[in-house]
Formats: sequence, structure tokens, C-alpha cells
Amino acid sequence: MSKLLVIAFAPDEAVRSVGFAQAVGLPYDILFLTGEPATDLGADRCLAANLSEVPPADGIARFLADFAAEYSHVAALSSMRSKDVMARVAGRMRAGMITDAIGVESPSVFRRPILAGSIIETVETLSFPILLTFRPAGFPKPERTGASSVELIAATIVSAATRVAQTAQSGTRPDLGQAKVIVSGGRPLRDAETFERVIGGLADRLGGAVGATRAAVDSGIAHNELQVGQTGKIVAPDLYIAAGISGSTQHMAGIKDSKVIVAINKDPDAPIFEFADLGIVADLYDAIPAFVQALGDS
Amino acid sequence: MKILVPIKRVVDPYSRVRPLPDGSGIDTTGIKFEINPFDEIALEEAVRLRERIGDVEIVAVSLGTSECEEQLRKALAMGADRAILIETDQLYDPLGIANELAALAQEFQPDIVLMGKQATDDDCNQVGQMVAAILELPQATFASKVETVPGGVRVTRETDEGHETLELNFPCLITTDLRLNEPRYVALPGIIKARSKPLDRRPAVTSSSPKIRTVRVEAPPARQAGRMVTGVSELVAILKDKGVL
Ligand SMILES: Cc1cc2nc3c(=O)[nH]c(=O)nc-3n(C[C@H](O)[C@H](O)[C@H](O)COP(=O)(O)OP(=O)(O)OC[C@H]3O[C@@H](n4cnc5c(N)ncnc54)[C@H](O)[C@@H]3O)c2cc1C
Ligand SMILES: Nc1ncnc2c1ncn2[C@@H]1O[C@H](COP(=O)(O)O)[C@@H](O)[C@H]1O
Repeated sequence: MSKLLVIAFAPDEAVRSVGFAQAVGLPYDILFLTGEPATDLGADRCLAANLSEVPPADGIARFLADFAAEYSHVAALSSMRSKDVMARVAGRMRAGMITDAIGVESPSVFRRPILAGSIIETVETLSFPILLTFRPAGFPKPERTGASSVELIAATIVSAATRVAQTAQSGTRPDLGQAKVIVSGGRPLRDAETFERVIGGLADRLGGAVGATRAAVDSGIAHNELQVGQTGKIVAPDLYIAAGISGSTQHMAGIKDSKVIVAINKDPDAPIFEFADLGIVADLYDAIPAFVQALGDS
Repeated sequence: MKILVPIKRVVDPYSRVRPLPDGSGIDTTGIKFEINPFDEIALEEAVRLRERIGDVEIVAVSLGTSECEEQLRKALAMGADRAILIETDQLYDPLGIANELAALAQEFQPDIVLMGKQATDDDCNQVGQMVAAILELPQATFASKVETVPGGVRVTRETDEGHETLELNFPCLITTDLRLNEPRYVALPGIIKARSKPLDRRPAVTSSSPKIRTVRVEAPPARQAGRMVTGVSELVAILKDKGVL
């Protein structure tokens, strides 16, 4: 039977997955692994595993591979967690997988970026089931429809790997994946304290999230979960402000879906000016305080 | 201890790539090929483990055409003890690659399969997890720190929220993130010495038809060229006008 199973690793992923599910055009069920399920997302069945946290990949993948056996498509929002788990589910099911779908041409043909987004690949699945991760930005926001009842799923999960420590999302800033405004900083932010004061200060003034380049993360100026790009987070805010960022292919791969990109760079030849909607040639240490001040006046 | 390090030959991540006019693939004229950066990090980590704990055999393996020899030679120069080229002209999808790597691992019985989290050409981020699933090994993907503990490893890995630490018993599979280490520069003596290290070729052994197929490739839609503004107050005015502030 042709049917899509959407896996929500965290409850808020479900609502962001419906646009993709509807683009595939098949009936779909949603499996909430953790947290309180939302029942008004147009799913045939709303399934809840009620786990307190997502276990290490080997355990959860075994459970999901058994559970997914009756579906033609199994999909989850792209994240480091879904990539860790879904490809293992595919391996266990000896199934194909399509990573980071950004477009749907038919239930068997999808589009996805390759080579850090410098090429778009159209890829066809030749067999089912197919596993997918997708980026939500290109898919429309759903209308909330009809309530389904919640079915509890018993999940007994055994992992050979043991989790001995874990950091949780810290701070009060919005999540990078969902923020309307993101202020990002690059290598020239001298140290962690300066980064937080300058980049964090503007982000807070705008109620936005903070992002960083790999160069900033590598030099210890910013935390790794803030890295935006090919190998970091993929973001799609209304406003992306890039301060002291050169505009490498790898960084731009993560911000292409932003509505408005603003670049502040003191080098007029910086590649980022080729991508930015609005650019200012300026020293960020002058421009950002001036920006904050201009906001304050209004 | 034995460590198996898969090495993929990829287009230089710093080069600008274009699709061929007929959309059948990438135009590779004048483009350099390198070891996938994440695989270089995996190999470097294997070499560092050997430097720390002594008795470690490192085998590098690549699946692809005879051109992959170039990257395997470099892997030998970086410190792999021997290399295996699974030689094929055919195109493999990630599951097909995983099947081949898993078959080799079954023969070689490594304590650790240590590999890149993602190939910078296809950006799939699949093969490691698939190999782990096929061999039923515990996995730690996106590693930013690897320490040995009795009977296994303790791996700090990058997560959406920050990081977490997993403990795995041998045998296990680890995929590398960028911050695990900075690969060493290979000096000339290493390259010369590597010429005498064994590099064996063998055919592919598994046969399953691909599950996915590339239909075409194309350039992404170009972003509209933007405009320069002279001052911050002008910028703020435009952003308000666009409704994003
Ligand atoms: C496999 C691979 C994956 C990668 N993945 C990612 C990724 O996911 N994300 C990512 O970001 N990178 C990634 N990179 C790294 C990427 O190639 C670049 O090296 C990195 O993005 C550069 O960061 P940057 O712009 O902060 O630094 P730089 O390139 O050094 O640019 C700094 C910029 O700041 C400007 N500047 C300096 N001082 C000031 C000042 N006072 N005021 C204003 N402007 C100033 C300079 O003119 C320059 O343009 C990856 C690389 C590889 C090989
Ligand atoms: N042809 C190949 N030969 C050897 N290793 C490979 C090959 N393709 C992929 N790999 C390994 O699998 C990892 C993930 O690749 P991918 O899933 O394609 O992003 C890479 O970092 C390599 O370690």
C-alpha cells in the first residue's frame, strides 16, 4: 500500500512536516516519538510512542524499521538526529534513502541539493520503501484540519550504545531552524565574549537567534550548535544578517532560503555581496552599534 | 586493534562546479579531486589512536574507478598501513556502497570502522549508518572527540542541541565531524615511503540493484543580485519597508 509515515523526533517537528507530507500527496500517519502529539494535522492515524527521550540510533532504528514495514515512504524533518537515525533505518530495511529533499515531483521523484547546494539533483527511487529526510522551507505551511485520536504505541528499545552525558538547548533565544531573524558572525569576532556582546546583542534587540560560521566555531568563538551551512544548520529566516562573513559556498548553502540577506563586511570584494539582498561595506564594530542605535530611535 | 577507514574520492570542495549542459552529471574539466575532507579527518583520528595506544593496523578502502588510487596513495602517506581498492566503473548508491564496505569489514573484522559523516559531493550522510545497521554495530555519528576506554570507546558527538557522549563496546562504527581534529600535512618523505606500502585491488563482491538513481542535475535558481546601501539608517528604513523588522 502507498502510505507515508512521518516521524516526529520532537513534537514541534510534526507541524513543520505536514507541508512536505501533503506535497508527496499520499495519505499519511504521524508517529510522535516523544512529547504530546498534535491531533489536528490531517493525519490518518496519530501515533504516540511516549518516549522520555530519543534513545541512541541503534536501538531506535531497530524499533522504527519494524514499525515502518507496512509503509511505502518513511520521512522525517532534516536534523542531525534524523540523519543519525533514518539512514540506519534504511540500512536495516535494506532500503534506499533520499537526504534533504527540497522538492517533490511525484511520490517517487524528489529534488535535493548536492555539492553544498551548488547543484540541484533530481533523484528517483527505484524501489519501495524509501526513507527520506526533507527541509521544510520550500513547502507550504499547512492548514490545521480534523482531529484524529491518539493511538499509543508500545516501544521497548534496547541500545548497545550507552548515553553518558548530554547538553540541552540552552538560553532563551529562538531555535535557529525556526527563527524569523538570525544574526550571524564570522571569524573577525575576536573571542567568545565579543561574539556574544556584538552578535548576541543585536540578535536580542531583534528577538532573533544567533548563528556562526565554521571559522567562528572552530576558533572557539561560538558553540558548535550555532554553525550554519553545508555541515551545520540549514536556516530560512525572514531576515539573515551576516556580519564579518566572507560568503563561502559552504556557508551560503545553509542560508539560501532566507527571505532577505544582509551582509556587513569591510571588504567590498567579499563574495557574500554577490548573494546578499542588501550589503554595507563597513567595519562591523561600527555598523552593529549604529544598527542597534538606529533601531532604538524608532 | 584494527581500524577500517573508508576513503571517498570527491571533487575539491573549494572548486566551483557546473552541471554538464545535458544535465547528465557534473562538468569535471579542470577540477581537482581530493580525499573527502571528513574521511581525511577519520584517517587522521585513526593515526592518532595508533600514536596513543600503539598496536593498531589501519586499512584504507575506497570503492570506485582506478583513479581512486591517487587518494589511497595519499591515505598511505598520511599513515594507513595498507589500502584496498574495490575497483568498479559502475555507479553505486549509498546502500550499494554500504553493502561493499560491510562485506569487506566482515572479512577484515575491524574493532572500529572510522569514516566520514558525509561525502561533500553527494551530501548524503548515509553510508556510515547503513554499514553500522548491516553489521549490527553500535554507532556514534558526528564525532567531535574519541577516547578509548577498556573494551571500547567514549565518543563525544555533535547534536542539534550541542553535544552528547556515548560509550560503545568494540566492534563499533564512528563517523567524524569537522571539529574532531585537523589532519596533518603530509611531507615528501611520507609520500615516498608510501610508495612501498601495499595497495591491493579487488572486484566488488555484492550484487544488488541500486535503490535510487540520479535523473538529472542542474544549477540552482540564481538569487537576484542585491544592492549596496550606504548607511545603517538607510538599511533600517529598507528593512522596515520590506516588513522584516
Ligand atoms: C567540508 C567543508 C564543510 C564546511 N562546512 C561549513 C559550514 O557548514 N558552515 C560554514 O560557515 N563554513 C563551512 N566550511 C568552511 C568554509 O569553507 C569557510 O572557511 C568559512 O565559512 C569561512 O568563515 P568566515 O566567513 O567566518 O571567515 P573568513 O572567510 O575568514 O571571512 C571573514 C570575513 O570577515 C571580513 N571582516 C574582517 N574583519 C571585519 C570587520 N571588522 N568588519 C566587517 N567585516 C570584517 C573579511 O573581509 C572576510 O570577508 C566548510 C568547509 C569544508 C571544507
Ligand atoms: N565510494 C566510496 N568509497 C569509500 N568510502 C565511501 C564511498 N562513498 C562513501 N563512502 C564513505 O561514506 C561516508 C559517507 O558518505 P555519504 O553517505 O555518501 O555522504 C564518506 O565520508 C566515506 O567515508
